[in-house]
Amino acid sequence: MTDTLLAVDGLTKTYPGVVANDNVSFSIAPGEVHALLGENGAGKSTLVKMVYGLVRPDSGRMEFAGSPYEPASPHSARASGITMVFQHFSLFEALNVAENIALGMENPPPQRKLAKRIREVGKAFGLPLSPDRLVGELSAGERQRVEIIRCLLQDPKLLIMDEPTSVLTPQEVEILFETLRRLRAEGTAILYISHKLEEIRKLCDRATVLREGRVTGICQPSAESVRSMAEMMVGSTLKTPSRRPGTPGATVLDVAALSVAPASPFGTGLKDVGLDVRSGEILGIGGVAGNGQDELLAALSGEVRVVRGALRFHGNDIGNFGPVARRRLGLLAAPEERLGHAAVPDMSLTENALLTGAVREGLVGRGFLRWNRARAFAKRIISAFDVRTPGPASAARSLSGGNLQKFVIGREILQRPACLVVNQPTWGVDAAAAAAIRQALLDLAAEGAAVIVISQDLDELVEISDRFAALNGGRLSDARQVAGLTMDEIGLMMGGAHDLAPGNAAA
Amino acid sequence: MIRLERRPQASRLWAAATPLVAVALTMVAGSALFGFLGKDPFISIRTIFWDPLFGEFAWYYRGQLLVKAGPLILIAIGLSLGFRAGIWNIGAEGQYIVGAICGAGVGLAFYPAGFWFIFPLMIVAGAIGGFAWAMIPAVLKVWFNTNEILVSLLLVYVAEQLLASVSLGLLRNPDGAGFPGSRNLRQYEAASNAEIIAGTGIHWGVVTALLAVIFAYVLLSRHMLGYQIRLAGASPRAARFAGVRPNLLIVFCLGAGGALAGLAGLFEVSGPSGQISIDFNSGYGFTAIIVAFLGRLHPIGILLAGLLLALTFIGGEAAQANLGLPASAIQAFQGMLLFFLLAVDVLASYRIRLGSPEAA
Amino acid sequence: MDLSVINPAVLAASLMVAATPILLAAIGELVVEKSGVLNLGVEGMMIIGAVSGYAVSVNTGSVFLGFVGAVVGGAMLALVFGVLTQVLLSNQVASGLALTLFGLGLSALIGESYLMVRPPPVGDLSLGPLADIPGLGKMLFRHDVIVYLSLALVGGVWAFLRYSRWGLILRAVGESHDAAHALGYKVIRVRLAAIAFGGACAGLGGAYLSLIRVPQWTEGMTAGAGWIALAIVVFSSWKPVWVLVGAYLFGGVAVLQLNLQAAGVEVPVEYLSMSPYLITILVLIIMSTGRGRSALNAPADLGRPFHAPA
Repeated sequence: MTDTLLAVDGLTKTYPGVVANDNVSFSIAPGEVHALLGENGAGKSTLVKMVYGLVRPDSGRMEFAGSPYEPASPHSARASGITMVFQHFSLFEALNVAENIALGMENPPPQRKLAKRIREVGKAFGLPLSPDRLVGELSAGERQRVEIIRCLLQDPKLLIMDEPTSVLTPQEVEILFETLRRLRAEGTAILYISHKLEEIRKLCDRATVLREGRVTGICQPSAESVRSMAEMMVGSTLKTPSRRPGTPGATVLDVAALSVAPASPFGTGLKDVGLDVRSGEILGIGGVAGNGQDELLAALSGEVRVVRGALRFHGNDIGNFGPVARRRLGLLAAPEERLGHAAVPDMSLTENALLTGAVREGLVGRGFLRWNRARAFAKRIISAFDVRTPGPASAARSLSGGNLQKFVIGREILQRPACLVVNQPTWGVDAAAAAAIRQALLDLAAEGAAVIVISQDLDELVEISDRFAALNGGRLSDARQVAGLTMDEIGLMMGGAHDLAPGNAAA
Repeated sequence: MIRLERRPQASRLWAAATPLVAVALTMVAGSALFGFLGKDPFISIRTIFWDPLFGEFAWYYRGQLLVKAGPLILIAIGLSLGFRAGIWNIGAEGQYIVGAICGAGVGLAFYPAGFWFIFPLMIVAGAIGGFAWAMIPAVLKVWFNTNEILVSLLLVYVAEQLLASVSLGLLRNPDGAGFPGSRNLRQYEAASNAEIIAGTGIHWGVVTALLAVIFAYVLLSRHMLGYQIRLAGASPRAARFAGVRPNLLIVFCLGAGGALAGLAGLFEVSGPSGQISIDFNSGYGFTAIIVAFLGRLHPIGILLAGLLLALTFIGGEAAQANLGLPASAIQAFQGMLLFFLLAVDVLASYRIRLGSPEAA
Repeated sequence: MDLSVINPAVLAASLMVAATPILLAAIGELVVEKSGVLNLGVEGMMIIGAVSGYAVSVNTGSVFLGFVGAVVGGAMLALVFGVLTQVLLSNQVASGLALTLFGLGLSALIGESYLMVRPPPVGDLSLGPLADIPGLGKMLFRHDVIVYLSLALVGGVWAFLRYSRWGLILRAVGESHDAAHALGYKVIRVRLAAIAFGGACAGLGGAYLSLIRVPQWTEGMTAGAGWIALAIVVFSSWKPVWVLVGAYLFGGVAVLQLNLQAAGVEVPVEYLSMSPYLITILVLIIMSTGRGRSALNAPADLGRPFHAPA
């Protein structure tokens, strides 16, 4: 591995107020699996977008297969032999698999021929796919398969994979790694982007570590410890959240036989979900994206009314209560999507404080708004949760992801919930903010609240929850004590234990 | 290459300035249009925008200003509530017609009695008429999820046929020698919406319009319902999370818009217009859409925009009489105003940058 | 009342003529919406097409040039909407309304001098022996060229969307502009092209109204046809064949009520005149209740603004 496939030399990209990439250089050899490691906001996405021709660098140069490489668009990147699997898939739900694949190719063969090749390549790599199915009906793992086959059909020299395991169960991750190792054996180089240290150690030959847009180290992951790589990535050691073990109290929220219709044409409805959460405990709910997480949060927050008897709060039936009535009782929620669900992008923080705080904080009197109180409440959130912003008059959109998430979680926690439901509390949030949010949730439970954390980050769930359950296809597994649970068992729970073998997954 | 860069926060300065920029641009483009039609651009603009306010006959035109602005503001305030919430009632013209028919119908039913309560009763009937007409798209949206834009608009054509039908039939003046059209309400004192202060153009519709402005202002800036309206428009999903009931807003916004449009129709038929006739409606319901946007859906803005559009109406009439400018030129001029407004609106939320575009 | 004056063959033939303007506008709007753009300005583009087609053909004496003028006029007005919504990121609903209001005003202004003029006549396409088939010939094979063009357009759009690469790209852009952008497709250009096509179709439909169906220029002569075309796109669940069905259904209602008026049915004229609008509303209700199926076909990014992430 002496020769170089892709050489990146001094790439710089600035956005107003941010230097996304500052003089970044690294190189990839043919047949190498090269990791790009860094936490959220370190500049990994911008870097690969420049390699893939989506973003043009301000300065710096690239060389691919020995000649200068300046991709004007993804089309020219693909023409040179570089393909990419996106973290948020670039797929079209209402189109079928073959159409989706054709859209990602430069010169797709006619549909019938393409369908045949999809089957062939799928068989060769152990990634079975039916070309006629609508992508909207596929699971997250199957969708990733569509993206991978789309790349493979173009015989890439370099395959870029952006956070590919974030949507997979541990078992599916193993299958993916198997595929990637085979590709490597056939001479394809892979640029593997992740912030998960364990999997990089397992898979990658070399790693380039990014922090705040700069390269902070190049290493051989198998020779490093997780801790040393974490330090390169974060800059300092983060303290892990501290928890006080306590005995859970009385049951606060009791869910039985909860079924909910899917929220969108391709969504996943809830089927006969049952759970309970007690005061002082954190119930973690894992599962791959799109298995009913949004529907579960909506059913608990009150956005979707459910049948009588399905939800009991302190023993009282609240199934037909709306969000306001549930908040009044002390059942609060924070949805996954910060902009446009948990908060309104174009409204000020004061107005966003009013969004859920109106009832419990007394921000409304006889239908009229008490702006002074709302402003004071927003200020309290900002100071208690260290939200970096010029003040409560700033629009929610102007905050960084981590700061807005602290605001959203803080807004609910400061209302002293009896039960708090959060979905993906640290998704896309920088490490420091994520640690602060996890600590706040642990503290809330320690003070006697019941907390439900829905998350796709298994490490997070294992770290903070007392009990764990998994959503799969809208069904919830039985909850089990986290202490003593292995990753393998968690994977089985997430997979619903019925589509583990690669051959069955498409069925 | 020009490219747009999103501002972290909408610019208040630009938000206030864009309507002015749009008006200025429209005047420039309008001059060109009038010049193209063979009229002196400067004199045309002066005749439309200056003379009615400060010219020789300003004493007459100033009164007319309020007469025209009243219904425009009244309707636009109602529309703006819906537009704020993302509920697109564009059938105000139909609600205006039905309000007028109902109000006039109640008044004419009492003819020639002279009870004091006739006019107040007509006002109620006008509001109910417009409200009921707007409830058709509202209820259909709530029950069947039909598109309120299409339904409310199609109902305008239905209302126009209804208007033709009653002016030829039900409400036709029995003493009118068979001519279409109802009795003239201005000659029926108990049902007449007369000027409150002679010569000013101020009639009950103008007063109601001012009350509506104040009401909408308080609602939007101080009341929970107004907050919910803004919330639903800014982010429907966040609104549902907050506990807003979308159906309630649909009924309220369409209902309020319909009632205000109906009131506008009633005040018009019992005042300036005087009678129900086939061509009673004059497009206020559509021009009010321009008023609402030009006023940035803000009550005070709508007040000012309503006055400006009223000015183009009477200035246009003056230009028609004095310069022979076609009436339709003003209509095109108003449409152009909305175009320019939408075009420059981008400045409020985006910065214009010159420089190399992204590879896209 | 004499219903016997209504001849089914003539009725069917005039149905096709009545449906053609709406069919043209609707098939154009279908392509626009498939690309993810909601252009509510169909009425405005139609009437601009009507007046510009009329003006050009009166001035040149050529109906063909008139139709060309209408296509250009409609497309140009549509591009104003395109620039507003795609480049300047204006609200699509407001911009569509602006298009209609401006179109109505401008067309009245242009049409001022054509109010009492007659356009050059249009000959029907002779389809030889087919036209002489009794009954059927009169119904189907004795129309002007635009009627057949509109039918060909429906077939063409269907094949384009279903089988061509560009059709696939257009659908992809309407389905998810972010994903299409990430794959390197020029979302804005695709949409501008679709918008221009929609405007051209609407313009053609408008000119058909003023040059063939009526044929005469009167102010506001489209009388809601553009809005009905929009409703027909909803009715069709974004399928070209169903646009045809919807337009002909509507044409049938329009022609039938005119025939009933002529036959002197004991229903006031006004109620017959409002029936096409009421039936359109009824159809909207029926289509909206049976969601699910049609929702699957609606472009997922319909009406959402696209701003390329930097």
